[in-house]
Amino acid sequence: MATPNVPLWEVFIRSRNGLAHKHVGSLHAADSTLALQAARDIYTRRGEGLSIWVVPSSAIIASDPSEKGMMFEPAESKIYRHPTFYEVPDEVGHM
Amino acid sequence: MTAALMDEQMTVANIEVTETPLVLYTLRRADDALILGHRLSEWCGHAPMLEEDMALANMGLDLLGQARELYSCAAKVEGKDNDEDKLAYLRDVRQYRNLLLVEHPNGDFAQTMVRQFLYAAFADLYWRAMMKSTDSTLAAIAAKSEKESAYHLRHSSEWIIRLGDGTEESHARAQSAIDHLWSYTGEMFEADDGERGLIEAGIAIDAAALRPQWLKMVTGIVSEATLVLPTSDWMQQGGRGGRHSEHLGHLLSELQSMQRTFPGAAW
Repeated sequence: MATPNVPLWEVFIRSRNGLAHKHVGSLHAADSTLALQAARDIYTRRGEGLSIWVVPSSAIIASDPSEKGMMFEPAESKIYRHPTFYEVPDEVGHM
Repeated sequence: MTAALMDEQMTVANIEVTETPLVLYTLRRADDALILGHRLSEWCGHAPMLEEDMALANMGLDLLGQARELYSCAAKVEGKDNDEDKLAYLRDVRQYRNLLLVEHPNGDFAQTMVRQFLYAAFADLYWRAMMKSTDSTLAAIAAKSEKESAYHLRHSSEWIIRLGDGTEESHARAQSAIDHLWSYTGEMFEADDGERGLIEAGIAIDAAALRPQWLKMVTGIVSEATLVLPTSDWMQQGGRGGRHSEHLGHLLSELQSMQRTFPGAAW
């Protein structure tokens, strides 16, 4: 099942109880209409979603894995940015 | 196994169906859905791309679901010992009443899609109209089936447009499929005397009245696809009366092989 020269699309689904569209996978389709239909056929067969976005994979600008030291390591030593130093009053309940 | 024993098993295996107008009417629609669903299932693992493999199987499963509900409905109306499984597995080819169009072999992808398109364009209108049936079971089946047919129509229409207005090769294949299948579309709009009684009672709808709308929709998509409809009005007939092409017997021998070999087998 080769899919020559057929563009790749990323699929995002908003679930029944979710507020945000979440990335669920990718697929091949010739154009946006067929991509949306294929997303429906592949990723919502078990009632997973109420809304679908498809985005050309080529439109996604990704960070470079070889730069992950510069990009992400500086944040690892700054634990004071995590909201774990506050006492949450019981009355607030689950946050 | 001796030939005589085999004959005996086959004789025992075929069920009798008391074909009152409503039983026959429901069976005909059930057979359409089962046979077309089975044809689509034959693509499983063979479609031109993985995405379309899933799409074809999904549509096949929609149709199988419609067939099950319609068979159960027919069995209930008949009120004998039959059920959905017996109706699907234990009738021979002459007892099947589906449209000749749906038993047509898959051919290439264009032929499968044209067949799907011609049928779905009808089924969508048909189920929408049947939602007003005075028979509450049929009206409920129609409400569920209409949403499925609407998607089948959308999906097949998009493909017809792309195949027709695609490459020289895809255009030629789509046009040849339309030319080949066109004479099988007339049967969708037929009604015999039994069905006319049901139409008068408000249980069935007059399919012939849907033809202008169907033709308008089909013409619109086909011309957007830069394809042309044949001008011939001559139409094939026979499926509704149990007279089938040679293809249906082969399809049934595969579909029914398990129940014919091991009658009553369940798992």
